[in-house]
Amino acid sequence: MSSQTVLQISKISKSFGATQALNEVDFELRTGEIHALAGENGAGKSTLMNIIDGIHQPDSGDIYINGEKVMISSPAEAQKMGIGFVHQEIALCPDITVAENIFMAQTNASTSFLMNYSDLDRRARDVFAQLSPIDPGTLVKHLSISNQQLVEIAKALTLDCRILILDEPTAALTETEAQVLFRIMKSLAASGISIIYISHRMVEIFDNCDRVSVFRDGEHIVTNNVSDITPDDVVNSMVGRVIDELYPPKQTTAEQSGEVILKVENFSEKTRFRDVSFEVYRGEILGISGLIGAGRSEIAKGICGLEGDVTGDVWLEGQPLTVSSYRDCIDRGVVYLSEDRKGDGVFLDLSIASNVSALSVEQVSTRLGIVDAGLETGQARSLGERLNLKYGDIAHPVSSLSGGNQQKVAIAKMLSVNPRLIFLDEPTRGVDVGAKSEIHRILRDLARDGVGIIVISSELPELIGLCDRVLVIREGIISGEASGETMTEENIMHLASIAQHDVIAGQAEQGTRP
Amino acid sequence: MTSTETTLNNETNGFQNSGLSSKLRRIAGMRETGLILIILALFVVMSFASPYFLTWVNMRAMTMAFAVEGIIVVGMTILLISGGIDLSVGSVVTFAMVLAGWLFLNGVDPWLASAIAIAACAGIGMAMGYCVTRIGLHHFIVSLAFMVIARGACLLITQGRPLGLYTLPEEFKFIGQGSLGVIPFVIIVFVVVVVAFDFLLRRSTVFRKVFYTGSNEKAAAYSGIRTKKVIFLSTVLCSTLCGVGGVIYMARFASAPPTFGLGMELNVIAAAVIGGASLQGGTGTIFGAILGAVLLSVVTSSLALLDVSVYWQDIIRGSILLAAVSFDHYLNKKKN
Repeated sequence: MSSQTVLQISKISKSFGATQALNEVDFELRTGEIHALAGENGAGKSTLMNIIDGIHQPDSGDIYINGEKVMISSPAEAQKMGIGFVHQEIALCPDITVAENIFMAQTNASTSFLMNYSDLDRRARDVFAQLSPIDPGTLVKHLSISNQQLVEIAKALTLDCRILILDEPTAALTETEAQVLFRIMKSLAASGISIIYISHRMVEIFDNCDRVSVFRDGEHIVTNNVSDITPDDVVNSMVGRVIDELYPPKQTTAEQSGEVILKVENFSEKTRFRDVSFEVYRGEILGISGLIGAGRSEIAKGICGLEGDVTGDVWLEGQPLTVSSYRDCIDRGVVYLSEDRKGDGVFLDLSIASNVSALSVEQVSTRLGIVDAGLETGQARSLGERLNLKYGDIAHPVSSLSGGNQQKVAIAKMLSVNPRLIFLDEPTRGVDVGAKSEIHRILRDLARDGVGIIVISSELPELIGLCDRVLVIREGIISGEASGETMTEENIMHLASIAQHDVIAGQAEQGTRP
Repeated sequence: MTSTETTLNNETNGFQNSGLSSKLRRIAGMRETGLILIILALFVVMSFASPYFLTWVNMRAMTMAFAVEGIIVVGMTILLISGGIDLSVGSVVTFAMVLAGWLFLNGVDPWLASAIAIAACAGIGMAMGYCVTRIGLHHFIVSLAFMVIARGACLLITQGRPLGLYTLPEEFKFIGQGSLGVIPFVIIVFVVVVVAFDFLLRRSTVFRKVFYTGSNEKAAAYSGIRTKKVIFLSTVLCSTLCGVGGVIYMARFASAPPTFGLGMELNVIAAAVIGGASLQGGTGTIFGAILGAVLLSVVTSSLALLDVSVYWQDIIRGSILLAAVSFDHYLNKKKN
């Protein structure tokens, strides 16, 4: 491996409003290396990549390519400098063939009047000769997600790039497909292309990358050769943060009831998760952790009948919970708070009162089915008071509230049906610190009152501070449970990402790994 | 390592071997093939059911019935592919007829009057395109508004009465009424427009951008395509073709009734969608859309020949649209 520096980042800072996304970050990429970036969500990895790709401009600091100082003002300019970026979300035209998708930019810039399909097809075949046997004539929508990802990579390769950025490319891939991708990455690196590889999965980093840089809270913490360190070292530097928020006191041993509210057994979905079994006890707050895409939300939505083709058994307070739709679930007192508040958690344009009553308008309606405005506002007022909701007028639209108060409206909506069990998916995302600890207090109070509480969160400190027990999901299965003293960030991260070693060891005989 | 390589090689060989058969399968799977088969089946059944069906006169009448509308179907299909839709086509066609007719009655040369009318329709397209791409309104709402506005303009110009244009010169009427040999001129125009645009849409780099934009505007924009311009021009093209259609109608009927073309937009959209265009954009072919128009026309004509009450016809046409779209949805789901 040559040790020549192809990309040098020097003291780059970038802030968005009050948030310091990057703070005097240095970074170095060498010719022909595969360089992993690790860090929690919000650590600054994506911001740095967006700066390298010209999507954002740094507030201060310099970028050097091959020793030459450069200004990268747009993605198009980055492309000219030989930087290819494969984004996490796929941006392809689904109704168009693979070949046309790959060469779309060239088609756009072309001066010839007619399309030369056979030439496109031939060139696409050349590109795929080194990648994967995808037929360039297929429509993109007929490809699997992983093959679409490969088309994105092929698209970046045709730009003749010297630096290739891959942002969590394996998130949508199966193990075998990921191995194919790694093989390709290695052959690209061998031909002198430098690769920046963003991933949360330690195994992938340690099996396939040359060096790893860890980011935390907008700072570049450390860069090491993977041969010099262990996955645990990386995880430790990723989460080396003190929990500084105050959480309500946890369940005491005396409060443990041992009474099961929800029992889930061998719960599986066609592709998202399999053989999930767990119990929720009265009085506790159960946390669910895992990487994005591991299947956390899918399990909750599956239980609530919101999506998925599920099999398995679920009991609510000893009675089988069979739901054909979410309506059945609500009627049994099981509700789900969406992680996407603005998308499907609240009706932004509707009033606070009609949002709160939305789960069961019947409750505030007369026998003839006419909504009683008095009952409706009364319900919203009393729940609002209970949750310390701050609002101008109960008839104002929810969009007039702050993020934290919008979330309280969403929670009030859940409480309006006197639920027995609540799934809360990212309940404090985009919520300010004050409202956040209020929401935590509300959840603890509900648990004390006997309501089953399940919190799904990407924020480890929140899970550790709030929950009595945390289930960790990895790739659709429960990889472990943490409680009491075992409930540490290191432990949970380990269960969420590293424990994969065992699985991979079992697949070694397939011979896909070097 | 070895096992992976073997699998890869196998798959590669698989592609080469299945080259021809996959091509055949692709043709068999195409929307057009299915439509042609259905139309042929209808022909066979109808030629037995009615001796009149397979006559030159009936064929000619059927073709005339959808020829001019077919030109508008071309514009609509392109607009649908770009991700847009135009509800104003019926009104804009009539606007062209009425404006050109009114200008002619006021002493303007009919050719010049027609050119002005077509330009005015292009202007309507520009106004709609502006609302969509600059102001950011939805095609549906914008074209709904212009549907009403253009219809209102027709009524205003004519004061609600049909314009009689019997005095149009013969050489102008030829556009709509004349024949080259046994083939009506209208049909020749129709075939030329269809063949030209079908070719352009399949082969020209310019029109491929319409597909990219409609399929995923963001992906297209990331490839440097000026998607707003593509949408704007598709809108203008559709309205301009409506202008052309309106002028041909005027020459054919030698009159300009302000209530002409009511409900035409539904027929035109139905034809395009039956032919494989998607309301989500990104897919559609001119050939398919024309086959859709042919199918609707053959069905209408068959029902008339079979003495089915005219009141049943809309119900049946609507059901055909629903069946075609459901079938397509089902196929797509299966493929995924």
